[in-house]
Amino acid sequence: MTTTHREQAISLLAETREELAIDVRALVKRYPRSKVNAVDSISFSVRRGEIFGLLGPNGAGKTTTIGILTTSVLPTSGSVRIMGIDVVRDPIGVKQRISVVPQRSNLDQSLRAREILTFHAAYHGVPRAEREARADALLKELGLEGRGREKIGRYSGGMAQRLMLARALMHSPDVLFLDEPTNSLDPQSRLFLWDRIRAMHERGVTILLTTHDMEEAEQLCERIAIMDHGRILVLDTPDNLKKLVPGGTCLELRVRLPQEALVATGQEAASVDGLRSQLEQLPGHPRVEEVPSDDEQDAQGLRSLRLYCEQAGELAVEALRIVSAAGAELRDLHVARPSLEDVFIHLTGRNLRS
Amino acid sequence: MSVQTSIDAIFLEKETKERRTRNRLAMILVAFLAILRRDLVVTGREFIPFLIQVLLQPLFFLFIFGKVLPSIGAAQQSYASLLLPGIVGLTVVTTALQGVTLPLVLDLGFGREIDDRLLAPLPVSLVALEKILFAALRGLVAGAIIFPLAYWVLGSNYNVRTDAIGVIIGIMVLTALAGATLGLTIGTLVKPEQIGLMFALIFTPLIFTGCTYYPWSQLDGIRWFQVITLFNPLTYACEGLRYAMVPPIHGYTLPTLGIGWVLLGLGVTFVGFLGLGIYTFRRAVIS
Ligand SMILES: Nc1ncnc2c1ncn2[C@@H]1O[C@H](COP(=O)(O)OP(=O)(O)OP(=O)(O)O)[C@@H](O)[C@H]1O
Ligand SMILES: [Mg+2]
Repeated sequence: MTTTHREQAISLLAETREELAIDVRALVKRYPRSKVNAVDSISFSVRRGEIFGLLGPNGAGKTTTIGILTTSVLPTSGSVRIMGIDVVRDPIGVKQRISVVPQRSNLDQSLRAREILTFHAAYHGVPRAEREARADALLKELGLEGRGREKIGRYSGGMAQRLMLARALMHSPDVLFLDEPTNSLDPQSRLFLWDRIRAMHERGVTILLTTHDMEEAEQLCERIAIMDHGRILVLDTPDNLKKLVPGGTCLELRVRLPQEALVATGQEAASVDGLRSQLEQLPGHPRVEEVPSDDEQDAQGLRSLRLYCEQAGELAVEALRIVSAAGAELRDLHVARPSLEDVFIHLTGRNLRS
Repeated sequence: MSVQTSIDAIFLEKETKERRTRNRLAMILVAFLAILRRDLVVTGREFIPFLIQVLLQPLFFLFIFGKVLPSIGAAQQSYASLLLPGIVGLTVVTTALQGVTLPLVLDLGFGREIDDRLLAPLPVSLVALEKILFAALRGLVAGAIIFPLAYWVLGSNYNVRTDAIGVIIGIMVLTALAGATLGLTIGTLVKPEQIGLMFALIFTPLIFTGCTYYPWSQLDGIRWFQVITLFNPLTYACEGLRYAMVPPIHGYTLPTLGIGWVLLGLGVTFVGFLGLGIYTFRRAVIS
């Protein structure tokens, strides 16, 4: 009895482990001569065929994590398995099965665009006829048809990005790593690339992407890990992450505080804190948070406040009354469902972009 | 629509997945040869600029020192025979060395163009080895072209032994390999902003303490300098080539460093910097 149970459990365990495309356990990276861990004991796994996102601000450790997963950075401790293969013990086996689109272009400047694709495939042992056919198909797929003979010095940022994606697909990788794939692209190229990424996903490729763009993570990823200072703060589906923010909806107020002149006339000075405590007294006692603003807004006396509660919309009229009573000027008011950005602010008290 | 199926084929293709289970050594060899082919294609495309770059300086040296100076009596006629092996050695070493160093410094600095090769399914040390082999090949080609060039420039002053061609080739190969491994080590240690400094601090002393323009045996009078030259791998290259190239002049055989010392000097340089260079290369590409 017990043995069969045990065997079953073991085979089940082996199966689930086998099912994982990426399995990261207690991963730590400390760069030489650095006092802090760039990656600080993170664990997560990605199923085959999943799109998984690492979301975090600059310096969170996203690129370092990708570096370790793709064999170009050695971990300080912990273990990583890609398609069941350990990255430290068998980097060659891992390199066969993965592709990387890096944050900055690393295209081979000495080659023409199409050759970049065919040579990449040649490095990976794709036979000649096959790689020629694939290069044509992928150039077309990524909207670079007819640009294959050019050297990439003449390519725009968006074209280079697409060419790097095409290159990554030339050897049919099982796992695709995309490091901030649409950073610094115009909205149109961004949508195009999202579309291509979804198409790859539909064809069963496992994708791990990093981003500091909330919308991108929400649009593309099935699960998201939010990273900060080398740690994973939370890991869940976008919908579940949004549930972390207390209160189902959020009312955002942008107000301009009264100027000194008003204060001097003896009217009660409206500070942000005063406004805030008044808003907190509204029915349902919403949680009120100030959104960190940039310097330019500060200079104009503009502040943003968010009220979180189940039905934030119903508070709009009352909130408006409080704002005008305080002598502040309402610049903008809208009701929003919480976004991943709210989740990040909720978790860290900081803005993702700051 | 046909494109669609073709793209799908890339991902559904069984062959790719099956290919992976094939012999790993074969896979590594295929990757290595593809990387070598890439370098051949790139160099082939700029072969003329490559030739101009490596041959212009030796051409002028041969002309001024082997032709002009002897003609105006500032040097002996036989000086050309001593100079030619030095120029061949210098050309082989600097071409091989710079063939690794310059691209590598830029690549590791900002271009990261080498990344795609580092992610190919082979050990990263083989990417370094390919660079060495290819740069050595470039050095050999440049060195070989010096011979017809010298024949044309020096005219009647061109005197080379023809009975030791095997030795000449052997020394040139070893010299090219030694130069390339030295280039690998330098290339992985120098940062892009230090390129100017590198020329001043490494190349200039390398060129002038390497017995290129003078035979080692005649440095007897400046003993300290003679000892210094022994720390320069170029000395062994030039002396080895003198040993194999310079014919007896008026029955007088030029004394050179012993061939045993030459092979030892070049061999130690090659093996030592091969180990060191691959170590520094790995450290530079895997953080
Ligand atoms: N080669 C390196 N040597 C030393 N420290 C490094 C190195 N690369 C990154 N770091 C440090 O590790 C930390 C994480 O950097 P990493 O590049 O992984 O962040 P990131 O999340 O990718 O940021 P970004 O959004 O700016 O790309 C940073 O503090 C960075 O300074
Ligand atoms: Mg990064």
